[in-house]
Amino acid sequence: MIFTWNIPARDDGLAGEEQVLGFDRGRSVRVLVLPAWFDEANKLRRFTVEVMRRLDSAGIDSLLPDLPGCNESLEPLEQQTLGYWREAAKAAADLLGATHVLAIRAGAMVAPDGLPGWHYAAQSGPKLLRGMIRARTIAAREAGKFETYEGLTTLGREAGLVLGGWSLGPAMISELETAEPALAPGHSDIPQTALGGPGLWLRAEPDEDAGQAESLAVLIAQSLAETAG
Amino acid sequence: MTTLPHLDGAPAEAALDRELKGLIADVLGLDAAQAEAFGPETGLFGHLPELDSMAVAGLLTEMEDRLGIVIEDDDVDGEMLETYGGLLAFARSKLDPPLDPR
Repeated sequence: MIFTWNIPARDDGLAGEEQVLGFDRGRSVRVLVLPAWFDEANKLRRFTVEVMRRLDSAGIDSLLPDLPGCNESLEPLEQQTLGYWREAAKAAADLLGATHVLAIRAGAMVAPDGLPGWHYAAQSGPKLLRGMIRARTIAAREAGKFETYEGLTTLGREAGLVLGGWSLGPAMISELETAEPALAPGHSDIPQTALGGPGLWLRAEPDEDAGQAESLAVLIAQSLAETAG
Repeated sequence: MTTLPHLDGAPAEAALDRELKGLIADVLGLDAAQAEAFGPETGLFGHLPELDSMAVAGLLTEMEDRLGIVIEDDDVDGEMLETYGGLLAFARSKLDPPLDPR
């Protein structure tokens, strides 16, 4: 089901309203799902929801909130920062009554450390940024322009950058240059190799893989059973 | 993450070939058999519809990760991406020598 959550007011004093996609039946385990970002968000959206569907069948609630500036959000993406997304993820966890967190790819960089959970194929800020800037330099070259990695990084720190159609502000670029996912107590890594296939974020177009979605849901259910037992 | 410890002799060459084919198959969502059939002259950029600029970026980033190499802007040219043989030669040149412990 789709509903909304209210993000607490920021400096400007206005509370925001964001969408949540949830399988919410008031069960005891409620997993906050923090999705992949930018281009990877599109490529992994269906996979992410397929995992949630399977968690639902396994008796586990899951909640996928939009972070400000993402998906259906009305907030401008270029004004978002990593720090604010961290706060937003924490606020969503509190408001939605999450008991666990499943952070996917770059989502692991903003996973609340107060909840136990899992990082699936965690992505670091520098790698994320490198891939996006590289795509831009290659596209520029095809268009007969010449842009360098260093030049774009410098520009990005000062004025922000549009990378693959995603408008990132200077603060976000600077934060991504050093941000690493950190495993908080109670967090564990689930590497892509545990899912038995190549990561769907690698594909040129969004794709799906029922087997991989099943593997991830099963790993989570097993991990929950072990902790409970 | 897989790294290739040494690159001397035929076994290492075969390992690099296997790694690179697997990597291309993963990035482009190709059948393993299709990638396995790649030869030196098999066309890549401009020949495979899956390989657009975003996918090239993904491919290069995966190569850095899995082969433990660093690819600079200046390294990326039409020649290295045009054929499978070109990409393999590029990967080999990045790995051997000197070996980078990264």
